[in-house]
Amino acid sequence: MGNAAISKTYAEINARIKSGEAVVVTAEEMVDIVRKEGPEGAAVKVDVVTTGTFAPMCSSGVFFNIGQTVPTIKASKVWFNKVPAYGGIAAVDAYLGATEPAEDDPLNKIYPGEFRYGGGHVIEDLLRGKSVFLEAKGYGTDCYASRKMKKEITLKDLPYALLCNPRNGYQNYNCAVNFSDKVVHTYMGMLKPKCKNANFCSAGELSPLFNDPLYRTIGIGTRIFLGGGIGYVTWHGTQHNPNAARAANGTPTRPAGTMMVQGDLKQMSHRWLKGLSLLGYGCSLAVGLGVPIPVLNAEIAACTGVGDDELFTQVVDYGYDYTNGIARTYGEVSYADLKSGTIVVNGQSVPTAPLSSISKAREIAQTLKDWIASGSFMLHEPAMKLPGPDS
Amino acid sequence: MITVYRRIYYIRYPKEISEKPIIYHLIKEYDVEVNILRANILPQREGILIIELAGNKANINAGLEYLGKLGVSSERLATRIRRDDERCFQCGACTGVCPVGALYIRREDMAVMFDADKCTGCNQCVLICPVRAMEMSLGEEWLETSEVPTPTPLFS
Repeated sequence: MGNAAISKTYAEINARIKSGEAVVVTAEEMVDIVRKEGPEGAAVKVDVVTTGTFAPMCSSGVFFNIGQTVPTIKASKVWFNKVPAYGGIAAVDAYLGATEPAEDDPLNKIYPGEFRYGGGHVIEDLLRGKSVFLEAKGYGTDCYASRKMKKEITLKDLPYALLCNPRNGYQNYNCAVNFSDKVVHTYMGMLKPKCKNANFCSAGELSPLFNDPLYRTIGIGTRIFLGGGIGYVTWHGTQHNPNAARAANGTPTRPAGTMMVQGDLKQMSHRWLKGLSLLGYGCSLAVGLGVPIPVLNAEIAACTGVGDDELFTQVVDYGYDYTNGIARTYGEVSYADLKSGTIVVNGQSVPTAPLSSISKAREIAQTLKDWIASGSFMLHEPAMKLPGPDS
Repeated sequence: MITVYRRIYYIRYPKEISEKPIIYHLIKEYDVEVNILRANILPQREGILIIELAGNKANINAGLEYLGKLGVSSERLATRIRRDDERCFQCGACTGVCPVGALYIRREDMAVMFDADKCTGCNQCVLICPVRAMEMSLGEEWLETSEVPTPTPLFS
């Protein structure tokens, strides 16, 4: 490479987005570009790389303000369609978690439980414009005299609804198998006994944090695609572990970084936030998430150029090891192998299935690319980056 | 993976034999796996039974012949599975449980495909689908997910 080291700023990239000159590609397209032109060449050519993922993300939920009633109420217990929300915040503020099942759900009493309706489904119903039955109870005070409130509400009626997901977009995740002799129903799906299937849950080369493995650009204030609308990274997520083992290309070979994300629910869509019922496990929410990565230099270009054959994860037993806190791996497999439909575990060929939608991840990366290319989505420089290894 | 012949039948009992333990004989003598999906049998009355029979094809046919000789009528119920493409978010969880490859991933674009012609109606996918996009019918009627029988595992 004869090029002088390339270096761009957020302001320069945003100016190019505004004038319609920015070159925006998806993380999949970037793999070929970096392989053909090298990181320096790719950094000269490309301004922004878009990523995407659409998968079950349990640590999700919504902060609501449910509006007052007359006489006023201090709603200490709140339910949406019989799904309990946390009311211990302020008079009519509540947080509805995506994994909360309806109060009358039989759970796993009839195993495996179906978990037909929970917090994630309430969120999807609100986005579909459906009316939801809101109930609240209070103990009554001089300033908040009501003890009960019941009303049908729609998303439009709610004064405030903020999607606030404490942990999304896991940077890599285990490939799950089951070495026990009975079927197990897990958050990684149904796993047949004796390692007869393997499930994985990452978009691989399209996944946001796989494209910024050392958190050089993603941080507090990064503007993102969230649930079909616009959101922000607001902190590192719970369980963020930048010190996980990494490959030479900087990408972790096991679960590592996570993001906390937020955005106004009212501008999101049920197409990109879907209530889930995971058989035998519980309720959850599938979240559509896409992060743009500014190609500030050749190092970032190289990171966004990693392909599925350079990204690895561990095969973990969910029949015994996971539940018993045993950190054992049955080998390392690449995302190219996982996406091919077959991996080899202990010398045996095992069919794989994804829980993370690769085709929808691609659609998110493409949508974000279109938004940026059309000048309607500007990049936002983070106030502080996510904590990196040994920070 | 073991391929199992699996069919659902609508059985009608004449009242004369409503006290005969025919299910016992089906299992014991014909080695047929029986899953009772719906039953309405009262002593000395005509009864109906919806059962799923699984196992070796020859055994099932012999079992049905045995029922016929007793005067029990059996009618095959075509189970059909359909996918609600608006609900499906193309995750692929179903492809790990479909025993015949009717649900599969088209590798070039990782799209999750459903080939209704290949589907045998075993209903493994119905409750595994996290957004309940797979719907099952018995004959003409499409069932609510709560009515879908728990599938018997097709693997050991």
